[in-house]
Amino acid sequence: MKIELTLEQKDNQAAFRDFVDREIIPDADRFDLEESIPPELIQKLGREGYLGALLPKEFGGKGLDAIAIGLLNEEVGRGCSSLRSLLTVHGMVAQTLLKWGSKSQQKYWLPRLASGRVIAAFGLSEPNIGSDAKSVETTATSDGSFYVLNGQKKWITFGQIADVFLIFAQCEGKPSAFLVESDRPGLSIQPISGMLGVKASMLAQLSLNECQIPQENLVGRVGFGVSHIAATALDYGRYSVACGCVGIAQACLEACTRYANQRKQFGVYLKDHQLIQQMVTEIIINLKAARLLCYQAGYLKHIGDPRAILETSIAKYFASKTATQAASDAVQIHGANGCSSEYSVQRYLRDAKIMEIIEGSNQIQQVTIANYHFGF
Amino acid sequence: MEKHKLPIKTFLAKFFVNHELQDNEDIFALGFVNSLFAMQLVLFIEQEFSIAIENEDLDFENFKTINAIAGLVERKQVLLART
Ligand SMILES: Cc1cc2nc3c(=O)[nH]c(=O)nc-3n(C[C@H](O)[C@H](O)[C@H](O)COP(=O)(O)OP(=O)(O)OC[C@H]3O[C@@H](n4cnc5c(N)ncnc54)[C@H](O)[C@@H]3O)c2cc1C
Repeated sequence: MKIELTLEQKDNQAAFRDFVDREIIPDADRFDLEESIPPELIQKLGREGYLGALLPKEFGGKGLDAIAIGLLNEEVGRGCSSLRSLLTVHGMVAQTLLKWGSKSQQKYWLPRLASGRVIAAFGLSEPNIGSDAKSVETTATSDGSFYVLNGQKKWITFGQIADVFLIFAQCEGKPSAFLVESDRPGLSIQPISGMLGVKASMLAQLSLNECQIPQENLVGRVGFGVSHIAATALDYGRYSVACGCVGIAQACLEACTRYANQRKQFGVYLKDHQLIQQMVTEIIINLKAARLLCYQAGYLKHIGDPRAILETSIAKYFASKTATQAASDAVQIHGANGCSSEYSVQRYLRDAKIMEIIEGSNQIQQVTIANYHFGF
Repeated sequence: MEKHKLPIKTFLAKFFVNHELQDNEDIFALGFVNSLFAMQLVLFIEQEFSIAIENEDLDFENFKTINAIAGLVERKQVLLART
């Protein structure tokens, strides 16, 4: 057994870190305040190949292995969870089409997704349906040559700018998945603002009103929408979020280290107060544990091991809890400064809380882990 | 096909701890299946038998019973050997 990054993974990590330090961190608080990400930054992500990180080279992707993808999500998550959310949802659609797309869907969409010329988003949740995904109320009816979609999708990350959506709907009474281009007549997109966290992730609500799409936009087969299509997307999403949470916790540690070294109370630096040291050590230990869980999930993905699914769920559960606790402690260590917009730790806390809710809430992860443990 | 059944049974036994699954028993009809299980089954088949489950294999008939899974594996391996 060897738990060490390869040289190539280390090189990639250094490049990701440099990109995030240069291009993301200086402006991340502003993105949060303005509730948007500038298109130029998304183009830069595309040029670096980060939007096609998981896609094989034959489709114009970067062909990174699962661990390197995890490192990318960690580093971007360290800088800006909103932008990491773009890697998440875009990657979820790319991964799904790579696994279950038809040959013609792959040929058309994957090179566009790899370069970032096309941005993809994931449309599962609805006003009335969240965790119980198989019960989506959106419907798709076939009229022979078209599917006609009707319904509402809510909380769609980067829905404001996406060019294509992976939409889940009941077809013949069974959950199914469809690609819906943003310019299809019958699809309208309303921005959502004022969220607690990941405020720059440009959420939208979608209304599908007699929205016609061609038959070939069905992804996979009717009835496999949740069990295989959404499951593939969400497994990638959970991995991306878990690694992003490691990034948040790392950012918290770095912020606390800086602050505790410069702020003095009672004549000594904060770092010399043992109760501050206690909070920092908790962050260090949980961060290391979360990162190891992500590495393990990444390794199992890399070798195609079925245990990867459960281990990803465990990593997501633990890493999101770790990020929330680390960010809460980081705000505590920063005192009033931590509550002000002059410091990023308040953003980390707001962003981390979201991670306990998305891609299967922490309660849903617990249910999953317990189900697996006790069996059927 | 028979030789494929043992690893399939062993894999499924990890999930069906309170129920001895018969070769022809419909897994889905038992109402046990969740999405975590479905994707693990796909990964298991792919890793164990070195085949790729693709778009056109998405048919519940292929995954319904131990016999059906073994049949799918057999067909995919024959196809793979020909190419
Ligand atoms: C910032 C943000 C971005 C998002 N982006 C997207 C996106 O891009 N695409 C998309 O489709 N969705 C997106 N979502 C929606 C997200 O996936 C859902 O919020 C999530 O699935 C939970 O659903 P819900 O909010 O409806 O909560 P509900 O399912 O209504 O759950 C409410 C509470 O009950 C708990 N609960 C539910 N079921 C159980 C149970 N069986 N046992 C115990 N407790 C349970 C939950 O854990 C939660 O605490 C986003 C959400 C947010 C906040």
